[in-house]
Amino acid sequence: MEHLRAVNDMVVRFANVNGTGSASANNMFAKSIFRMGIPVAPKNIFPSNIQGLPTWYEVRVSEKGYLGRRDGIDLMVCVNPQSLAQDVASVQPGGYFVYDNTKKLHPEFVRDDIHYIGIPMTEMCNHHFSEPRQRQLFKNVVYVGALAALLDIEWDVLTGIIRDQFKKAEKLIAPNIKALELGRQYIHDHFAYPLGIRVERRDLVGDSVLIDGNTAAGLGALYGGATVAAWYPITPSTSVVNAFEKYAHQLRTDPETGRRKFAIIQAEDELAAMGMVMGATWNGARAFTATSGPGVSLMSEFLGLAYFAEIPVVLVNVQRGGPSTGMPTRTQQADLLLAAYASHGDTRQVLLFPSSPKECFDHTAAAFDLADRLQTPIIVMTDLDLGMNDHLSPPFHWDDLRAYDRGKVLDAEALESIQQFGRYLDTDGDGICYRTLPGTHPTKGSFFTRGTSKDEYARYTEDGAAYTRNVDRLMKKWETTKKYLPPPELFQESNQHAQGLLFFGTTAYPALESMDLMQAEGIGFDAIRLTAFPFNETVEAFIRDHEQVFVIEQNRDGQMRSLLINELGVNPQKLVSVLNYDGKPISANVIKNQIVGRFQAVS
Amino acid sequence: MTYIKPKFRHPDMPTNQIGYSKSDYEGAISTLCGGCGHDSISAAIVQACYEMSVEPHRLAKLSGIGCSSKTPTYFLSNSHGFNSVHGRMPSIATGASLANRELIYLGVSGDGDSASIGMGQFVHVIRRNVNMVYIVMNNGCYGLTKGQNSATADVNAASKSGSANLYPTIDLVGLALELGATFVARSFSGDKTQLVPLIKAAMAHPGFAFIDVVSPCVTFNNKPTSTKSYDYVREHQEATSSIDFVPSRDEIVIDYREGDSTVVELHDGSALHLHKLAPHWDPRDRASAVNRLLTAKAKGEVLTGLLYIDPGSQDMHELEQTVLQPLNTLQEKDLCPGAEALGKIMGGFR
Repeated sequence: MEHLRAVNDMVVRFANVNGTGSASANNMFAKSIFRMGIPVAPKNIFPSNIQGLPTWYEVRVSEKGYLGRRDGIDLMVCVNPQSLAQDVASVQPGGYFVYDNTKKLHPEFVRDDIHYIGIPMTEMCNHHFSEPRQRQLFKNVVYVGALAALLDIEWDVLTGIIRDQFKKAEKLIAPNIKALELGRQYIHDHFAYPLGIRVERRDLVGDSVLIDGNTAAGLGALYGGATVAAWYPITPSTSVVNAFEKYAHQLRTDPETGRRKFAIIQAEDELAAMGMVMGATWNGARAFTATSGPGVSLMSEFLGLAYFAEIPVVLVNVQRGGPSTGMPTRTQQADLLLAAYASHGDTRQVLLFPSSPKECFDHTAAAFDLADRLQTPIIVMTDLDLGMNDHLSPPFHWDDLRAYDRGKVLDAEALESIQQFGRYLDTDGDGICYRTLPGTHPTKGSFFTRGTSKDEYARYTEDGAAYTRNVDRLMKKWETTKKYLPPPELFQESNQHAQGLLFFGTTAYPALESMDLMQAEGIGFDAIRLTAFPFNETVEAFIRDHEQVFVIEQNRDGQMRSLLINELGVNPQKLVSVLNYDGKPISANVIKNQIVGRFQAVS
Repeated sequence: MTYIKPKFRHPDMPTNQIGYSKSDYEGAISTLCGGCGHDSISAAIVQACYEMSVEPHRLAKLSGIGCSSKTPTYFLSNSHGFNSVHGRMPSIATGASLANRELIYLGVSGDGDSASIGMGQFVHVIRRNVNMVYIVMNNGCYGLTKGQNSATADVNAASKSGSANLYPTIDLVGLALELGATFVARSFSGDKTQLVPLIKAAMAHPGFAFIDVVSPCVTFNNKPTSTKSYDYVREHQEATSSIDFVPSRDEIVIDYREGDSTVVELHDGSALHLHKLAPHWDPRDRASAVNRLLTAKAKGEVLTGLLYIDPGSQDMHELEQTVLQPLNTLQEKDLCPGAEALGKIMGGFR
């Protein structure tokens, strides 16, 4: 029988029951390879459930640094009888199937083209541990110990992770190492090792970190100066606020008085969460919320008010599968049109598209400056894959000299020096007007914030000319906005090809990998990664200068393609959709197959 | 349209302790119907702010949507105003209060705005004890959309179109008491003597101060049979007590007869003097307030005045343990942990 063979290039999948404590063991596995200097890309595939349903954890190991999902499982660790049939079927021919053989495997699950490695995990744990919870938890550690032998993971690295993890609970170190040892010893005694697939130390990760996008966004909000977080729990965005809370407690609590330089309010719903954010920013604090598609639907009412009354807002939208409740624990990029035009009437919203945890941090921190500068909502569009999975990322940096850009806010002194204050007067000609905060000056600068039509002095009016002046100025501001947004990333100094790839967010990793795959087959592309909406001149030029542009995205309807056509007036024939919307992160093979298929169809 | 009032001022016009005359607390000319109860409430707000010597710019006025929510234009033109969306003023006020704990927040809402579309936010702003005054101008109907019944309309009340209200009336005061509001009052737009001291006390109260003000809609719901009409309330108003608000800086000059009055001291040193107390009622006892309210309702009477106050009220900022300095004044040095801390955090992810 064939044996898969590879060094530092594999996909390992763990099949667990959720609620059994497998996450920390699986993380330990991914981290050990990362600490051996090899790029890894772990992904959680989990149910919308607390306990008892199947959950998977998948780790791609890639010496070439490919961080997108790859199809095909090389090694499966299955400790969940519920998903056994599916798990056996998903292993590639020549691959490996590690399972708990305390109970004998039913013959129907025995394939003749994969290798079985049975370890009596339950029996071993029952024998060596007495507490029921430990017996369950350590089964997970036992298989990590077995993998250490099977894949050649450095022992000191694994035990080092356990020591770091239990720094504050030292008595747990010894039993964890014992469980690892049990797994390793069982392999030593019963199997040939290492396998045909294995890992080998490299120096490929430099000073990178392994971190999830939601933690990064929460930290970005802290560094960006947010003092108010108002939110409503929703998967997959909850951990954004959790991270903000954790670090704010550590770093923003007055050590003497115990008082907090922040407030976190769990609102009654997403409507109220957005209202609290707007009340706070209207009153001069930096505030944010995090949510997912269903929350954005509810917040749309307030997003329209924020657009029209020109109130800063920072919203992190961690997208999941829609429509409606959709697939709450699966990933998509399907809120693009909803977010771009959130709310009734002629409304348009500024979007950012981070592609890595570092960008989640940078974009979220920058969003507070942008919101204050542009006096409008800034929606950071991440997704479940980026938000809830650990990603290899460059470390985040902060320049201590960086000052917050609080935008055009008049203080008492400035108000003294002007004749008459008009909240919606375009004094500078860039469409951005000056605002004042409540409580600034006894007689100058007060105005009425409202969602109705108004004149330059914020007075209610139903005069059509005044209304038109106002909404036209908002379009002028929209043009100004482009100057402030992060520029798109081009992957070539000058265009080389007639065809281009266009992608954004988490689609970037597999898109870049697919370019390598297609290059190997002699098909070359130029490429652009979008980072923001409204689109700037570079995006327009990229599309103009290519005969055909493949727009790669994770939704059914090609929403980014629609947005490009709608905003740039592009000939629809020019833009070809490459789509994946089954809830799994898009892979390089999917992209390649769709594009190559298209070429074959044409020729 | 908003009409700006001409600023004529008699040189001898009296001023308050900070040198402002009453006209400094006024707003634009009202565009509501002549005789609307809401205008009387606006006038009471002006009077209360004048008497309290509030710096107009240190107060922010917030509202939702509806006739009542238009009124902030008609008072305190030197205050910032926020006319938000329908039923969502409480969340805006909550956020505003979080950003700057030093201003006075005056929220104005209506029965449609609070008892229907905004019920969720109304309930939760009470629960959070946001430090604000929350006035509901309650007329039992939707005025701006021409006279539909609201959720506070009487059972069997006929709307402008003639259809009768089939459903029970929501009593916002009873609800506020049940939810643990720390200051609950009801008044009548036509009773300025009672309303002005209530607004003053509400402003001094450190927490959520709720005043439900029956405010007749002269155009759509002023039939004598309506419990929200001028005639009905005048005939059936029963007050828990008469009330004087004594700010902390004022000397108490009135002598009260012992036995029929009580003094409630507020957090900031000011005091409420309540006289001619209703029997079987103690303003600091929530259960007695609920009982009193239900008894009055059973008799078809509109119980007004201060119903309940918790002098030990702790507002949202105290519960959240925020710093005393307003959050909106914190700077980079207070907020940003800096590069070194970030470096350490990054170390934890390797």
